[in-house]
Amino acid sequence: MGELRPWQALAAGGTLAPAEVERPVTGGWRSDLRPEADLGRCVNCLLCWVYCPDSAVVLDGETFIGFDLDHCKGCEICAEACPTGAIAMVADDE
Amino acid sequence: MSELQLVTGGEAVAHAMRQIDPDVVPVYPITPQTPIIQGFAKFVADGKAHGEIVSVESEHSAMSAAVGAALAGARTITATSSQGLALMAEVVYIAAAMRAPIVMALGNRALSGPINIHCDHSDSMLIRDAGVIQLFVENAQEAYDVMVMAPRIAERPEVLLPVVVCQDGFTITHSAEPVELLSDEEVRRFVGEYRVPYPLLDVAHPTTQGPFAMPDYYYELRHQQIIAMDAALAAIDEVAAEFETLTGRRYRSLERYRLDGARRAVVALGSTAGTVKEAVDLLRAQGDPVGLLRLGSFRPFPSAAVAEALADVDTVVVLDRADSPGGAPPLHAEIATALYGSGGELESHVYGLGGRDLRLAEARELLAGRLPTYVGLRSEACPA
Repeated sequence: MGELRPWQALAAGGTLAPAEVERPVTGGWRSDLRPEADLGRCVNCLLCWVYCPDSAVVLDGETFIGFDLDHCKGCEICAEACPTGAIAMVADDE
Repeated sequence: MSELQLVTGGEAVAHAMRQIDPDVVPVYPITPQTPIIQGFAKFVADGKAHGEIVSVESEHSAMSAAVGAALAGARTITATSSQGLALMAEVVYIAAAMRAPIVMALGNRALSGPINIHCDHSDSMLIRDAGVIQLFVENAQEAYDVMVMAPRIAERPEVLLPVVVCQDGFTITHSAEPVELLSDEEVRRFVGEYRVPYPLLDVAHPTTQGPFAMPDYYYELRHQQIIAMDAALAAIDEVAAEFETLTGRRYRSLERYRLDGARRAVVALGSTAGTVKEAVDLLRAQGDPVGLLRLGSFRPFPSAAVAEALADVDTVVVLDRADSPGGAPPLHAEIATALYGSGGELESHVYGLGGRDLRLAEARELLAGRLPTYVGLRSEACPA
């Protein structure tokens, strides 16, 4: 969004369509941990997807494929929620 | 096909709600609003209305639910009074800012303290600057009529603001009068389908609503509300004109009562106008050139029309049923602004706080110019 829009150009109440919304990368202030999945142990229950407070669990259709590290904060909830121990938290600098 | 019924203002509004048949009604009971929601709840229980009544735990929640429902795409009505409106106030501002066309029936009641249940306009004045439309009615018929018009005004694309229909607590909410009701079909056709530009439940077109606005956008978004409120004056007039073709009754943002040739005129809101009209008639009958200007709309304030209506009046007598300790009472401040530079005399009076009646004799004395600023205030002991 290179320019600031005048009041006449704004939708009532400031409502925004997806195309108008900036998508800032918030993973930059993640804790020093990030999740890593062992797909061999994943049973695709999608509990991590349900619990993730940042919608940072990425699916292909209904299949777990990994994490969106541009938005993950390293909160470890997915690792706690995983019933098969398929998610490990690893140091971000590894 | 109209029908005359003996109903209170509260019951009349409950009938209007039954006929509008809103989708969602989040509400919390409070005197003197309770007969409105109680009447509507009975209609729902009897299968005569289909709205989802959401029994919330507070008025803050009632208005929060109303915002969500209205933006989701559901026609939404709520109702409250006094402390309930005070508790809602935070979310009333958000409803206006998110441009949620909610209709609210308000039974005007004095704000605590001391705690009191009777009428004055301090509750309305608390949300004066919230960006919501506030229409004041004089009697039960008008409460019904304006309630039927309210969704149309609120939902106009150039308006999209909450509309508060203000009726004096007890004096109107609890007083039975013959009220002409439209047929259900007429009201259904008059209010039409509910539409908002970006319904949240339209999942094929997702939107972000109520976004955070930093200094770079807050001012522009607030300005939209000023533009919408300005547009509301014409919208009220157009909807009222359409309503007139249906009923023969014409509601106006301001009513001129015997102002032709008036040298002295009272300006008032709400049911008190009825008493003042009686006094005007009595004084006119003896040749005194007096009149009344009744504001039907306090927000938006029809400033230009007020100035025009009072241009030839020597003394304008403003009656406020709310005060502003340390400053000018709210109606007086509006009228003074509207008349700035016009050269007439302006008198400010406060009356009726906490439900104290303005009696006919006092209305006559006001028109004759013989009452102090604080009308009806007791400053000496007198028999109970």
